[in-house]
Amino acid sequence: MTEPYTIEPQPDSKDLLVLNMGPQHPSTHGVLRLILKIDGETVRDVQPVIGYLHRGFEKIAEGGRYPHFIIECNRADYVASYTYEVAYVRAVEELTGLQAPPRARYIRVICLELDRIQSHLVWLGTFGLDLGALNAFWYGFRERELILSLQQELTGVRMHPNYFRFGGVKADFPDGWIEKTRRVCDEVERKLDEYEDFLAQSDTFLMRTRGVGVLPKEMAIDWGVTGPNARASGLDFDLRRDEPYFAYSDMKFTVPVRTAGDCYARFEVRLEEMRQSIQIIRQALERLPQGPLILDGWEKGYQFLIAPKGEHYTRVEGPRGEIGVYLIGDGTTFPYRVKLRSPCFQNLSVLPELMRNTLIADLVAINGSFDIVMGCVDR
Amino acid sequence: MAALTNHQKNGLGGVFLTRLEDLLEWGRSNSLWPLTFGLACCAIEMMSAQDSKYDLARFGSEVFRPSPRQADLMLVAGTVCKRMAPRIKTLYEQMPDPKYVIAMGACTINGGPYQKTYSVVQGVDKIIPVDVYVPGCPPTPEALIEGLMKLQQKIRQGRANANV
Repeated sequence: MTEPYTIEPQPDSKDLLVLNMGPQHPSTHGVLRLILKIDGETVRDVQPVIGYLHRGFEKIAEGGRYPHFIIECNRADYVASYTYEVAYVRAVEELTGLQAPPRARYIRVICLELDRIQSHLVWLGTFGLDLGALNAFWYGFRERELILSLQQELTGVRMHPNYFRFGGVKADFPDGWIEKTRRVCDEVERKLDEYEDFLAQSDTFLMRTRGVGVLPKEMAIDWGVTGPNARASGLDFDLRRDEPYFAYSDMKFTVPVRTAGDCYARFEVRLEEMRQSIQIIRQALERLPQGPLILDGWEKGYQFLIAPKGEHYTRVEGPRGEIGVYLIGDGTTFPYRVKLRSPCFQNLSVLPELMRNTLIADLVAINGSFDIVMGCVDR
Repeated sequence: MAALTNHQKNGLGGVFLTRLEDLLEWGRSNSLWPLTFGLACCAIEMMSAQDSKYDLARFGSEVFRPSPRQADLMLVAGTVCKRMAPRIKTLYEQMPDPKYVIAMGACTINGGPYQKTYSVVQGVDKIIPVDVYVPGCPPTPEALIEGLMKLQQKIRQGRANANV
């Protein structure tokens, strides 16, 4: 197979060593390949090579009816599968003019926030692994299992739920689920303080994250960086607050913003986001309205949804940033075109700018702090 | 000989008769060193299998090696895309013998949800030999542990691909 991406030897780079990192590398979080030009320990240039996990989601979407893509799109970002699924379902609903009943909207908010917590816990574990803090992995995944067992009770599976429907959700909470969720929220909130203690009080962790990989606010805007990575650089923007969808307008929460823009700021923002997510879940559980889960007649009818002619762009706030779905309907039961806007792709494209003239060890820290999921990048 | 008669008398201090092959296979099956190699969704469940709740280390497989030259088990966890296939083959060839392969998840078995996709290899057994298939999308950590124990059984019985 021919390889289109190679670094041409430059006249000024005679003494630089070209080093290949990945696609099989423990700290590239999947199948990311980085071609480094190094001068001793210093990285002079980085070229990310992507496409090792391209599965053709947008083409798959055109091949099936509208509901068929529900089961596929959650596999695009496999760490935050609920969010992708909700984004697609919301895009189809808005194109068709459906409005889910209030109870379904609240259930969606609870699912999204649980998903955000478990995704950030995966990030915490892998970021810790990158920096040599193995305990972050053991503890983070221990709490993640609590959330996954909640999700499994609700949807039947640990990942890839296939739970959201056009016009509602598939099933109601099982008996005792709400109580269990409250207990898990208390547990996770207590544990978050523990994580902050053992990471933020560790000198090694601070030395490897403070002032490393500083992303200025202007650069974040220019490169289209969104989500926690942008908020760590001082960009006060959160779709849940600024363009509220589902039941987010009823919730009270703060959007954590830091101005430092380094790896430590990204760590702080994500930890604080998990705390806010717990607050949102508590509020949603308290105010959970009664009523139907899905629009009348849509329990089976969602399978033969006919979307009108037209196009629509929807964005939701995922754990990694703005997840967008651009949808074109042509008046049949098949979508004409589905374009997924991946936050990870934008976040990845700014990485070479930050990695230039850093040490190789810092490159690993920067890559870990950005929380790249390759399935989301390649789609 | 004295030990043998002693064993017949009171069951103590006997001898243990075996073939060298059996002894090696017993040792190999209990110290499988997997390659740190995640492709897609299944890699997250592979990480869950390592974590504190499921603890793959109980079965002698905790040493995930980042280098193929130190590993003897390849857990193909995730969708094998056509672009990634040559790399997987290279990684497999770089692993020292005897080596074993577990195909984890529907994608690696026959393409799974991506059967009609232009960019996905329809089953990892088209490029490398597979010992155990673990179905699921993604398989739960319990399923992966079950698959690992099946592989251990296969190795002990001398039926793994590397033994044949």
